[in-house]
Amino acid sequence: MHHLWLIPAFPLAGFLVNGIAGRRLPKPLINAFAVGSVLLSFLWVLKVLSGLQPLESAYTERYFTWIQSGAFQVGFDFMVDRLTAVMLLVVTGVGLLIHIYSIGYMAHEHGYDRFFAYLNLFMFFMLVLVLAANYLVLFIGWEGVGLCSYLLIGFYYLKKSATDAGKKAFVVNRVGDLGFSLGMFLTALTFGSLDFAAVFGRAQAESAALNPQTITLICLLLLVGATGKSAQVPLYVWLPDAMEGPTPVSALIHAATMVTAGVYMVARSAPLYNLSPAAMEVVAVVGLITAVLAATIGLTQYDIKRVFAYSTVSQLGYMFLALGVGAYSAAVFHIVTHAFFKALLFLGAGSVIHALGGEQDLRMMGGLRSKIPVTFTVLLAAAVAIAGVPPFSGFHSKDAILLAAYAHAPWLYWVGVATAAMTAFYVFRAIFLCFFGSYRGDAHPHESPLVMTLPLGVLALLSLAGGYFNVPHYLAPLFGADHGAHDERLVFISVAAGVGGILLAWLFYVAAPSLPDRIANTLGGVYRMVYNKYYVDEAYDALIVHPIRDGSRALLWGVVDAKLVDGAVNGVGALARAAGAGLRQWQSGYIRRYAAWVVLGSAAIVAVAAFWGGMR
Amino acid sequence: MNLLDILLLIPAAGALITLALPGDNPGLVRKFALFVSLVVFLFSLGLIGPVRANPAAYSFETNVPWIESPAIRYHVGVDGLSLWLVILSTFLTPICVLVSWRHIEDRVKEFHAFLLFLLFGVIGVFVALDLFLFFVFWEVSLVPMYFLIGIWGHDRRIYAAVKFFLYTMAGSALMLAAMIWIFNRAGTFDLPLLVDMLKTGQLRFTAQEAQWLFLAFFLAFAIKVPLFPLHTWLPDAHGEAPTAGSVMLASVLLKLGTYGLVRVSLPLFPDAARNNAGWIIALAIAGIIYGALVAMVQPNMKRLVAYSSVSHLGFVVLGIFTFTQAGLDGAVYQMLNHGISTGALFILVGLLYERRHSLEIADYGGVGSVAPWLSTMFVITSLASVGLPMLNNFVGEFLVLLGAAQTKLLYAVLAGTGVIFSAVYMLWLVQRAFYGPAPEAVRHHVTDMNGREWALVMPLIVMMVWMGVGPQTFLPPVSQQSRQTLEMVLEKPAPQKSAQEVAHAR
Repeated sequence: MHHLWLIPAFPLAGFLVNGIAGRRLPKPLINAFAVGSVLLSFLWVLKVLSGLQPLESAYTERYFTWIQSGAFQVGFDFMVDRLTAVMLLVVTGVGLLIHIYSIGYMAHEHGYDRFFAYLNLFMFFMLVLVLAANYLVLFIGWEGVGLCSYLLIGFYYLKKSATDAGKKAFVVNRVGDLGFSLGMFLTALTFGSLDFAAVFGRAQAESAALNPQTITLICLLLLVGATGKSAQVPLYVWLPDAMEGPTPVSALIHAATMVTAGVYMVARSAPLYNLSPAAMEVVAVVGLITAVLAATIGLTQYDIKRVFAYSTVSQLGYMFLALGVGAYSAAVFHIVTHAFFKALLFLGAGSVIHALGGEQDLRMMGGLRSKIPVTFTVLLAAAVAIAGVPPFSGFHSKDAILLAAYAHAPWLYWVGVATAAMTAFYVFRAIFLCFFGSYRGDAHPHESPLVMTLPLGVLALLSLAGGYFNVPHYLAPLFGADHGAHDERLVFISVAAGVGGILLAWLFYVAAPSLPDRIANTLGGVYRMVYNKYYVDEAYDALIVHPIRDGSRALLWGVVDAKLVDGAVNGVGALARAAGAGLRQWQSGYIRRYAAWVVLGSAAIVAVAAFWGGMR
Repeated sequence: MNLLDILLLIPAAGALITLALPGDNPGLVRKFALFVSLVVFLFSLGLIGPVRANPAAYSFETNVPWIESPAIRYHVGVDGLSLWLVILSTFLTPICVLVSWRHIEDRVKEFHAFLLFLLFGVIGVFVALDLFLFFVFWEVSLVPMYFLIGIWGHDRRIYAAVKFFLYTMAGSALMLAAMIWIFNRAGTFDLPLLVDMLKTGQLRFTAQEAQWLFLAFFLAFAIKVPLFPLHTWLPDAHGEAPTAGSVMLASVLLKLGTYGLVRVSLPLFPDAARNNAGWIIALAIAGIIYGALVAMVQPNMKRLVAYSSVSHLGFVVLGIFTFTQAGLDGAVYQMLNHGISTGALFILVGLLYERRHSLEIADYGGVGSVAPWLSTMFVITSLASVGLPMLNNFVGEFLVLLGAAQTKLLYAVLAGTGVIFSAVYMLWLVQRAFYGPAPEAVRHHVTDMNGREWALVMPLIVMMVWMGVGPQTFLPPVSQQSRQTLEMVLEKPAPQKSAQEVAHAR
């Protein structure tokens, strides 16, 4: 026994202590429980993984039967294979850094204990999610991280926009979860189990005997779940709003870990997706559409966190593109590097916001390079990583994806390259607007404390050098080697696109700052449409939210309940009253009379029934 | 006289003794009622061991003549289906006494006598094995609830009580007629005997006869559940009832309907049940969605929870009429889950009412800032109610939907939308009542929970977690009993269904 359960148990304990007693604990103790528990969890992961290497086959621990009904049974089981191992390291490693950072970032916030309690609870559920040995235990984590996301987005619960955003995230995810649930039901009915080992074993052994349409349907339903959690078209709308939460939450939950759960789940289900080329095609197209759509929106936003939020949506789209073309290990590789550089972008943005006393608008920044040099340096590291500049981390994983896409269909590659150029552009646009030119705000910028800059430094190193963790090679036994195209020219083109994006951003926002406005004016309607995020939120409100709410109020409650059903009920009463004075006794309200009626009525019924019964 | 008989005797005797207590000492009355209900609860735990050992048969059976002619017998017993429902009733009664500790100040004696009498009635329904005895207990449970609403309710209590009474009476009159018809055909009211006679062919209903009898019982049960569109008495009853009345009504009385479907309708009229399953499932799903949508737009907290019950009970009916192991197990489990989590919701709403004296959501806001623990408990209960995994409702909903998907994937798709809407109405309620800045009235009147309130909320929270994480404590006896019920229903299965069953069993 390697006691895998201890990995999530540590943060759960942290949650319980800080959740129950946190209000009465001094800050150092809260920190000790909150950060210490994640540290222990990280160390336990290291110990377990070093004990399990080389981990060529999955290692499973079974604890107890969770639900059993007839022949159908689901156990509370954990397992570790190489995919889990990668995820465990990312979740506990990046999670630990973000916990440390939060000590500084949240130092002056009201509800400090509550924040760390939620954050620990999130770690618990996220670790359950990646350790799960069957779909239903995965679903525990899946719903649990959604809950924590809801709680943390709405952390500033006095603000209506924050609680609205939390609710929106939960409900939109629920739509996806219905898809996931249906996928699980079909899986259970098709394979008689929800166990990964059993399902995938049968999928591979009996692939000829399975109905391909059923498999495709299962894969598409699971994809619906993934589009919710991983913010893909058409369910991505909750993620930009989720930026209402404190910035460390945006980094941990809405960039590095939770939102990659959908990618993880699809990669986990690779044996099923491999049986359904049609479903794979859908995954790739959904990913590509999301990547492009979100990148274009990212070009125009002025809230620094929203820029990065759309960037996250777009990068997640990249991962789905990779999944769709069968490059599972490239997708997981991008999860890893993205966790580094996107967590860093958010935490760096948090450091900027912290320095400016809460300002998030890029138009109110500028010239901060010299005022907060550490933050500038680390953000630059993250920016070159995401822009795909060699040899930094994003270059490696993005290239793995693009080359695999080219091998699948060249047009996927070209659209991907265009998106890469946009990515480089909007990230450097943010960098230039924030750090170059002259300062446009009126705060007194100050560098963040060491407890914040230290995690930033570690993440900066990982963002720069993380590409040399050869994740695809490590995952090859699970997913097979990626069949990417090996063409130097393709690599050159994608790098050139990234560098071109950076140069264009430099031209627009440093060399010729009046250019963007002129272009925005020239484009007019197109620009406004993109700036307003294609009016997708407005469309959902007008087409779905309002009709359901108003229809329920006016039609269902107002007409069906009050007029039709109750009208009929009261109508019966009125009929009785109209029938004459004698029958008016029914409505007398005296229980004695009712009792008498019951007795009389019963007697009458007995008599009639006895008479009829006797006749037969 | 065995443990089960004692369990029936104590609350009945307790109710009578309560009435005899001195009227000027409400404290004594409350303590006595609490004592009696706790004793009943502790005794009821004694049922668990023997029933778990043999859940498919009746334990603690007593079968003695009550009335010679017509032959009506005092025949009671408890099995895997009724076990947890009995314990749910005994578990909630002391909590109801505690929640009324400050809330009920008027006619304290009568209130507690009715509460204990209600417990007597509902235990009786769950353990009666003679149809007439079942009917008697069914009516017995109706009367105290009528008074609980009518005397201790809110402003429109009389309207609500009468509506409740008339609705239910309409159903029970038909049920009584059907019972008498059966007696005339079979010469007995004894349920196990009737099932046996049907099995051996000693008793046969014509298809038309079975259809009418099934419908008569079904109407009585469907009103009680309540199944859409027979639900309109429920929001009124809940909206007007005192907290304890709402808790007993939602958590226990509604289950009499779904219990009756499984205990009486399925074994006695298996063919009719199968033939009618289509439109019943349609109504159940309609209720799931309809209840959730209407709950969403309620301005009154208790009515919101009442409509949510319509939605949740739709899951139970859906599960029953899928005639699958998962569906039926899930349905029975969902009866218990709904009892715990909706009971808790009504209690928490009651605690808010005692402080702010309003049930209108608009009168609240910002409760989270002034009463953080009360809010935390409410949020946990809401999460249980929306079916978050590791909390109780998830297990029931999962099994019901699995059973529905096994019957027809479309059923699961449609019913599953109810799960989405449940998140909408609960989270919207939480947002409006607990988040945001606290208005003056909330800041002045709403305080956090006191010791007594902790004592009555905590057991419910513990059960939510326990039933969500460790459902195997409860499910095995349910599962064995429902397998037996299914065998009766599916004895002459349609060929297509049997093929599916076989495929699943592999």
